[in-house]
Amino acid sequence: MREPSHSVTRRGLLAAPLAAGLTAPLAAPALGQQAPIRVGVLHSLSGTMAISETALRDTVLMMVEAQNAQGGLLGRRLEAVVVDPASNWPLFAEKARELLQLSRVDVTFGCWTSVSRKSVLPVFEELNGLLFYPVQYEGEEESRNIFYTGAAPNQQAIPAVEYLLGADGGEAKRIALLGTDYVYPRTTNRILRGFLNSKGIADADILEEYTPFGHSDWQGIVARVKRFAGEGKKTAIVSTINGDANVPFYRELGNQGIRAEDIPCVAFSVGEEELAGIDTRPLVGHLAAWNYFMSVQSPANTEFLTMWRNYIRNPRRVTNDPMEATLIGFKMWAQAVTAARGTGVDAVREALYGQKVAAPSGYEVEMHRNHHLSKPVMIGEIRADGQFDIVSRTPTAIVAENWSPFIPENANRRR
Amino acid sequence: MPWLIPRGLAAALALLLFLSAPARAQEYEALLPGLAGGFAQQAETVERLGLLGDPRAIPLLQAMADARLLRLADGSLAPQQGATPPEGATLIRINNRVRGALRGALGRLQLVSPDPAERSRAAEGILRNRSAADIPLIEAALAREAQPPIRARLELALGGARLASEDVAVRREGIAALGASASPEARGQLLAARAANAELLPDIEAAIAAIDRRLQLRRAAETVFQGLSLGSVLLLAALGLAITFGVMGVINMAHGEFVMLGAYTTVVVQELCRGIPELAPWSLPLAVPAAFLVTAAIGAAMERGLIRHLYGRPLETLLLTFGVGMILQQVVRLAFGAQNREVISPDWMMGTLLLPGGVAVTQNRLWIILFALAVLLACFAAIRLTRFGLEMRAVVQNRRIAATMGIRTGRVDAMTFAFGSGLAGLAGVALSQIDNVSPNLGTGYIIDSFMVVVFGGVGSLMGTLIGAFSLGLLNKVLEPYAGVVLAKVAVLVGIMLFIQRRPKGLFALKGRAADQ
Repeated sequence: MREPSHSVTRRGLLAAPLAAGLTAPLAAPALGQQAPIRVGVLHSLSGTMAISETALRDTVLMMVEAQNAQGGLLGRRLEAVVVDPASNWPLFAEKARELLQLSRVDVTFGCWTSVSRKSVLPVFEELNGLLFYPVQYEGEEESRNIFYTGAAPNQQAIPAVEYLLGADGGEAKRIALLGTDYVYPRTTNRILRGFLNSKGIADADILEEYTPFGHSDWQGIVARVKRFAGEGKKTAIVSTINGDANVPFYRELGNQGIRAEDIPCVAFSVGEEELAGIDTRPLVGHLAAWNYFMSVQSPANTEFLTMWRNYIRNPRRVTNDPMEATLIGFKMWAQAVTAARGTGVDAVREALYGQKVAAPSGYEVEMHRNHHLSKPVMIGEIRADGQFDIVSRTPTAIVAENWSPFIPENANRRR
Repeated sequence: MPWLIPRGLAAALALLLFLSAPARAQEYEALLPGLAGGFAQQAETVERLGLLGDPRAIPLLQAMADARLLRLADGSLAPQQGATPPEGATLIRINNRVRGALRGALGRLQLVSPDPAERSRAAEGILRNRSAADIPLIEAALAREAQPPIRARLELALGGARLASEDVAVRREGIAALGASASPEARGQLLAARAANAELLPDIEAAIAAIDRRLQLRRAAETVFQGLSLGSVLLLAALGLAITFGVMGVINMAHGEFVMLGAYTTVVVQELCRGIPELAPWSLPLAVPAAFLVTAAIGAAMERGLIRHLYGRPLETLLLTFGVGMILQQVVRLAFGAQNREVISPDWMMGTLLLPGGVAVTQNRLWIILFALAVLLACFAAIRLTRFGLEMRAVVQNRRIAATMGIRTGRVDAMTFAFGSGLAGLAGVALSQIDNVSPNLGTGYIIDSFMVVVFGGVGSLMGTLIGAFSLGLLNKVLEPYAGVVLAKVAVLVGIMLFIQRRPKGLFALKGRAADQ
């Protein structure tokens, strides 16, 4: 049924054209009668973001295959339509239009960077499409056509910084905010600055630095952070560095001997997948904040891991938070379609509110009317093997505040 | 682990032994279960074990710091032996707070260890503590320490410990000791002590000023080093282009992909060496000739197969090489995957090297600077001293006359292009140590490489050298003031203005050859 075993990436490249052919023979013959439900996949399979987004494409294809093995949805087979927007932000909008108008997809799973989401948002609103966005982001957005299954700032960034300020995190008194130069880091850091000020940390104790995508020469910045830290106050780094610039950044941290006990660095866009290309031994103890780690012990996670490794046919592949968010989004959509007895966007949207899923994180997450999930917050320390030790987690799932109270303009909002 | 009690340690022993031995043993036993508690309890237990001074704690604490401490099925604690823990045992997890406490406690316990590496780590650990209780311990350790780097650290630790003393006179001594150093840590400790020492404020300010004077020079030196490092990366990336574009005039947009292929060759060589333990530490030096040969071969094939048909048609060459670059990227993505590949750095390339005067330079960057200069020298030698170099220069200066002299110009073209491609491969070996090995590796360097070659003067190796280093230095000098993004913009604007004034770059070729 499936193509013979071969390397993961070859699968990656072949899967796009093969997707339809792959899923067809898996469905029961009786399902072939009705038109299939079409699932759009809008993730970059080439360019800078391919590193992160390829795994999300595979996750959606895995879920489609699993759903078809269970008999599809409403007696109809699912069919994945994969396009490649190639890490090119305007191309995202064109591909979204193509999915909605030409392929007539019923739902789309896609985007990673906020700039790509901002690019497709008007298209989904104009054509009344349905997009599931699976990555943590800066908030300050709410579209009736998008469901956000990643974390809002109060479900990731703020609790992580709060941890650094607390006894277990080392009681930091100065914070260095390092980020890639685009909308997500700049907005997040604006929120964090407001939060830190509210905690009594003055602007003089906040260092903010931005670098371009793919930056590789971190000597100067790391040296500056060291100097900033050497002024008698406990210092921590908050990193919103995105994409593969993280690898040389962490290497420089290791080489300049910045140890987690001295200057801990908490990252918001570094997970198991990103660490796969780094020697993590010098990084033990540096932190990441997410709503899921692969090292979570829960029955749902065991099931997720088994399913993923069977699908990808590689026992060494890792899972990460955006993959979990994709899985949650897919399950919720499937539940909503069943509840709504159809795939019409308006009906599915209404049915989505209040849907619950037992997530691999071990918590039950719920879709709220603000189009965001309630999610648990977890903070992990990097281990020598590239996995995370969870050192802090909230007792329950937290409701998302996509409009941050730390941005002054939001004071008059009703929510 | 052998625990030797060296002679002449009366002071330290007096501190360690002020509790009677049996009482200490009892307290030690009572403390141990705390190591398996919550993070706060762990940290406190570790601290108390450090103060207790029972050497039996050392292997346990060390194992805990290395994430090897197990809680066995019967509740007792033991370091993990072998690769897998025994049945029923759980690994004891720690966090940064516990890790910091462990460093301090191990510092106290190992200050008199016979192993200099352990003493060095211990001195660093105790530097974190800054507790007045450690003063006699550190003094005793200083009395018998012969190694200057460890002594320097101990003296700093002593200064810090004195700064925490109750006695104003002792504190003043501490301030003087810290002020005599040129250490950023000492400066940090003094800054932190300002609030609690209002009566000693003038002393502290004077000490900080003294440190700042010493640090100023060091910071300048470090900025220069960073500039040289960036310059060496630019130089390596641009050298190959200086040959293919500078000498042959081929606008090779696939140059970045040759760099990327060099990096992937390094990955492959490393994978091959992994199976042979004797070769493993030498995988990087072995990758140097391998990368040169692989990329040179691909370069030669590309020149013979494609580029030679398009000589004199720069626009078509540009499009062609751009396409070849995309094909190479996709081929690598098919063969190795879109994921970044991990390149292990050998131990001699990791960490920081402390130069005389306290200037800290990262080892990998230092090696890359040396490597870049070595490649440049080899390049000069190849062009000036070898038969191939002579023929290459002859063909560049006047192809037809060179041909009438019996030089096979086609072969020389292929070899020259292969040579430039091979140099790009060498750059890939170096870049694999500081950048991501991914199919996109080359795209980040192609613009910079052209920039260096054009700025330095097309066709001049010396220009490439000076251009690369001056751009690197300029960038790093501007960076602290303007930030990374603006510094780069400023450099680009500067180059644009410069090229307006001097279209031929820093080192313009003169004479008839330059006009063709």
